[in-house]
Amino acid sequence: MRIMQPRRSPASIRSLMTFSLLGAAAHLGMAEGPQSIPSTFAPASTPAHEIYGLSLFVILITGSIFVSVAGLLTYVIIKYRFRESDGQHEPAQVYGSVQVELAWTVIPILIVVVLFLTTARIIFAVQDAPKPKSALDVTVIGHQFWWEFRYPKLGIVTANELHIPVSTSQRPEPTYMRLLSSDVDHSFWVPQLAGKTDLIPNHPNDLWMDPRQPGLYLGQCAQFCGVEHAKMLLRVYVDTPEQFAAWVKDQQQPGAQDEKVAAGRHVFETEACMNCHTVSGTEAKGTFGPDLTHLMSRATIAAGAATNTPENLRAWIKDPDDFKPGALMPAMQLSDEQIDQLVAYLSTLH
Amino acid sequence: MADQTLPISGPLGEAYPSRGTWLEWLHSWVVTVDHKKLGILYVVYAIFFLLVAGGEAMAIRIQLAFPHNHFVSPEVYNELFTMHGTTMVFLVGMPILFGFANYLVPLMIGARDMAFPRLNAFSFWLTAFGGLMLYFSIIGGFGLYGMGSAPDIGWFAYAPLTAKAFTPGHNTDYWALALIVSGFGTLGTAINIIATTLSMRCKGMTLMRMPLFVWLMLVVSAMTLVTITPLTAAQVMLLIDRYLGGHFFDAQAGGSPIVWIHFFWIFGHPEVYILVLPAFAIANEVIPVFSRKAVFGYPAMVAASVGIAFVSMTVWAHHMFTVGMTSVGNTFFVLSTMIVGIPTGIKIFNWLATMWGGRIHFATPMLFATGFLFQFLIAGLTGIMLSVAPWDWQLHNSYFVIAHFHYVLVGAIVFNIFAAIYYWYPKATGRMLSETLGKWHFWLFLIGFHITFDTMHFVGLLGMPRSIYTYEPDRGWNTLNLIISIGGFIQAIAVLIFAWNLIHSYFRGKEAGNDPWDAWTLEWATPSPPPAYNFATDPVVRSRRPLWDLKHPKDPDWKYER
Amino acid sequence: MSTIPIFADESWRLPSRGRVGMLSLIVGESGIFTIFVVAYIYYIGRSTTGPTPRILEVPIFNTVCLLSSSLTIWLAERAIEHSFVRRFAALWALTMALGIEFLAGTAIEWRTLIFEDHLTVRTNLFGTTFYSLVGLHATHVIVGLIGLSLVMIFTLLGRVNRAHAERIQVLALYWHFVDAVWVVVFTVVYIVGR
Ligand code: HEA
Ligand code: HEA
Ligand code: HEC
Ligand code: CUA
Ligand SMILES: [Cu+2]
Repeated sequence: MRIMQPRRSPASIRSLMTFSLLGAAAHLGMAEGPQSIPSTFAPASTPAHEIYGLSLFVILITGSIFVSVAGLLTYVIIKYRFRESDGQHEPAQVYGSVQVELAWTVIPILIVVVLFLTTARIIFAVQDAPKPKSALDVTVIGHQFWWEFRYPKLGIVTANELHIPVSTSQRPEPTYMRLLSSDVDHSFWVPQLAGKTDLIPNHPNDLWMDPRQPGLYLGQCAQFCGVEHAKMLLRVYVDTPEQFAAWVKDQQQPGAQDEKVAAGRHVFETEACMNCHTVSGTEAKGTFGPDLTHLMSRATIAAGAATNTPENLRAWIKDPDDFKPGALMPAMQLSDEQIDQLVAYLSTLH
Repeated sequence: MADQTLPISGPLGEAYPSRGTWLEWLHSWVVTVDHKKLGILYVVYAIFFLLVAGGEAMAIRIQLAFPHNHFVSPEVYNELFTMHGTTMVFLVGMPILFGFANYLVPLMIGARDMAFPRLNAFSFWLTAFGGLMLYFSIIGGFGLYGMGSAPDIGWFAYAPLTAKAFTPGHNTDYWALALIVSGFGTLGTAINIIATTLSMRCKGMTLMRMPLFVWLMLVVSAMTLVTITPLTAAQVMLLIDRYLGGHFFDAQAGGSPIVWIHFFWIFGHPEVYILVLPAFAIANEVIPVFSRKAVFGYPAMVAASVGIAFVSMTVWAHHMFTVGMTSVGNTFFVLSTMIVGIPTGIKIFNWLATMWGGRIHFATPMLFATGFLFQFLIAGLTGIMLSVAPWDWQLHNSYFVIAHFHYVLVGAIVFNIFAAIYYWYPKATGRMLSETLGKWHFWLFLIGFHITFDTMHFVGLLGMPRSIYTYEPDRGWNTLNLIISIGGFIQAIAVLIFAWNLIHSYFRGKEAGNDPWDAWTLEWATPSPPPAYNFATDPVVRSRRPLWDLKHPKDPDWKYER
Repeated sequence: MSTIPIFADESWRLPSRGRVGMLSLIVGESGIFTIFVVAYIYYIGRSTTGPTPRILEVPIFNTVCLLSSSLTIWLAERAIEHSFVRRFAALWALTMALGIEFLAGTAIEWRTLIFEDHLTVRTNLFGTTFYSLVGLHATHVIVGLIGLSLVMIFTLLGRVNRAHAERIQVLALYWHFVDAVWVVVFTVVYIVGR
């Protein structure tokens, strides 16, 4: 599978420039590597875009308040500083003025009305948007410290890397997510696609997005959920319709059955692995850990804690604490040979 | 300057009887019921914990200075930010403000002590014990089973992460118990302040003549009554869950983690105003005195404070825009939150108007108060940005929020605490703090503050979440985080200068005299430090600025006051 | 040496600090109760298993006792104001007896619930919220009774007279509060919640 590099739309570049400071900040960032900055100012889907537009408006208003009040303050500081020439006598005492005070009560009230109405409009537009028939359903389940994705209509279960189709005006196919949690609170946040929404046990939430640009979008868990909250990363692949169809087709296959790695499969099914992991089409039906049926279709392992290479896999199985201390998978005390066999087996799970 | 012209009530005497052996000295502090000594104890206690929690912040910043840094382990990092937040809010912010209230309220209203001096001492020791208990968790967190550990659940302690299943050991229990204990202390002090302001005022000190400082402390105490108690209740529920097997926040048994979130913020939001109103109180004394003008719009200031107190009780769910409330619910909390900006704006404008037309002396207290004005303006406006619910869906739990609240907590509150210490230190010790060190302190702290917290807004907008012990190098956050950390260390240097100033000036500082700032409220009519009984004869006042009337007999305030 | 100029304000009266303090405490306590009551109401009918509030019996007698103790304590306050120490002692004792009866009633109720209906804090949400709320109130009754008995001891020692009327009223204020809270708890738990 080809992994697309994320692309920044021209509009968002312009917007970054609008805010020279933030622009500078982002440039600092961009100089550091590939363009994988999950900037809230580079929206790529309707909800994120609505928020972005609203934020510009709010920045405009609060910015003007800042300029006027801070301007006055600076003026006062300079103009009314004590100078030796002022001598010892006290300035005129003023105790108040009803007119002035009324003015600076009423003006903020008007500003608040405007801000409130604009905000309310966007809240309803985003939160109560009607769900179209063509929408794709995904169930997201938060686990300490990884993501489970289920596509109920497509019969797919995967982890940590979400694939969704691009949604264009000709071919709208937004994704509607149901957010659940199996343990503690988490929060699903991919800034370029939508605002965050929490995953709370016993309290299902909804979130939708309609990405306009194919590519890879990064995010991560945004609600403190325990030791490895920092390494509960999220990757969302927005595929073209063809790519998505191909991916779905792949994922619907049962796990590969390669006789050459039967030894590894044997270890997998006799050691504890299968208590926690599923490989469809085999005995392994555990659900405590990520579904491994198509492990090799993922670019990273352990919720983005490492890239999916044989070396990392073996380090992971040997001791998950190696790069994710506190992860809930135990180190199984396997021999090097067993681990080699396991890695060989896992490497066939395309 | 005006020292000689100021009639002093009663004979000038030793403030405290001579020290005797150090054991006697210590004993006198432990058994004291004098509001001034207790006030000082509170402030010293809070400064101590400011250093501790500041040290924790520095450890956080070292860890985050580089991506994939290994300065501390994830477990320790989580303990660090939990302890940093909890300490700063409960063991620095609350005690220091109550310390000032304790020291100043009786003096300002012309009383000889608080309404209930023994309750006052008891409250302080409860608070102190709470702090001790929180830190005892480091050695006692897992009881006898092994090494200890500090609470690691965030200062908001969201359920169900706090359930026994997810945090075994006892560190969470220490967190809850310590805060319950210090919470009772806080409650006692609040009751005391209310009773003092309502029942102990000297003759002529009507409510509308009380210094604004006293007014704000009254409002804060009233808020404390209905704010700390919900937290106590929720923590008791948490302990019932953890020890008696209850199900308040247990999702498996039908309980709802959201209920905790509501309860926490029903406390948490008013709490932040409890922290900031005393900072306003300080500004209300410092800004007029150094601008040489009466505070502008006293009645409006009082009304705005009371207004803030009421509105702030209705806004808590702006911390919960992402938990999945209905659109109507979200809209309501957007509105109530934005409304808070109006009375707060009134305050800012009134301070501006107080300075307008004045002769502003930029001594160190005024420098800090001016810094506060700028920073609070910005902090308030970022607060308004957060109150825009859809935008908050992006900003929530990002470093933008961290930046917002440090702008208030450090930029406004800590700045004003510094202002207050420079302003009242002469009264409490009889010596001035060094102005030279003060200026160094101010400018370094200001620069460090802005380097750290301005930058935090940007990493937040670039998608960096809070509470993470490390981050990926490819997200564009590296340089910014390094800058933030550097700023943190500049702040630390400034705070060290401050600490040195406190100690050095205590022994070497310039003699202060009774009224070094030529101020107008009653505490400056007492010797520095004031004697145990404060006033030899009960003062009588006729306006909001009794000492102004005294210094300007031809043009007293009571002729003009509305 | 002169102090601040004197413009004596003739009628300088301030509220009693005891009363202000007690009222503040009551406001604070209301905060605690509000949270427990809200939790109770929110969780009504959300238990997934186990007994439901239907098993509760409405404690009418208990309630009557507790509420009438508010009356007796008020009469006691009046009595001490007029220096009727003996009457005061009798009424005070009666108040305490009514309070103790209330606690005994609660104890019996809990006994039945625990041993016959097998409802404990652990059983389900109903158990958790019920025992916490009613228990919180009972704790306040106990604290109130401790306060009352202190006064009783001093009365029996002959140390209480009219000069203490104010303090006694302050303490009585707390007792009234405990009674008032019971009205809320009673309504929520035994009427609305059942
Ligand atoms: C003392 C502390 C303090 C103070 C005073 C404030 C003041 C405000 N705060 Fe802040 N806040 C915190 C401390 C504080 N906050 C903390 C600690 C958190 C995070 C807790 C955590 O998650 O751990 C937080 C988080 C927080 C959030 C939640 C963010 C999130 O987690 O998603 C929000 C959202 O609405 C918010 C809003 C506001 C607003 C609107 C104000 C207003 O009161 C500001 C009002 C002031 C002004 C607006 C400026 C002056 C006014 C004018 C010049 C008049 C003209 C202006 C207008 C008409 C707009 N705050
Ligand atoms: C009054 C409140 C207050 C104050 C003053 C501060 C002050 C500071 N805070 Fe704090 N902070 C909070 C309240 C406060 N904070 C809260 C409530 C949280 C949320 C916690 C949570 O999420 O649970 C938080 C979280 C928080 C975080 C986020 C952690 C995370 O989410 O992962 C960070 C990160 O940089 C931070 C940094 C700082 C810094 C650099 C300072 C500096 O201003 C500190 C400067 C002071 C000093 C440095 C003291 C000087 C110390 C010495 C002289 C001793 C020796 C010094 C060294 C070892 C160098 N704070
Ligand atoms: C006690 C349960 C448990 C057992 C037993 C277990 N795992 Fe895991 N495994 C997990 C959990 C939980 C995760 C997710 C960890 C994380 O990302 O925080 C995981 C993650 C993984 C991953 C990365 C998956 C991904 O998509 O990121 C691989 C590969 C893996 N386990 C392989 C194995 C192998 C091989 C064994 C047996 C030797 C095994 N596991 C045994 C619980 C378990
Ligand atoms: Cu999951 Cu943080
Ligand atoms: Cu808030």
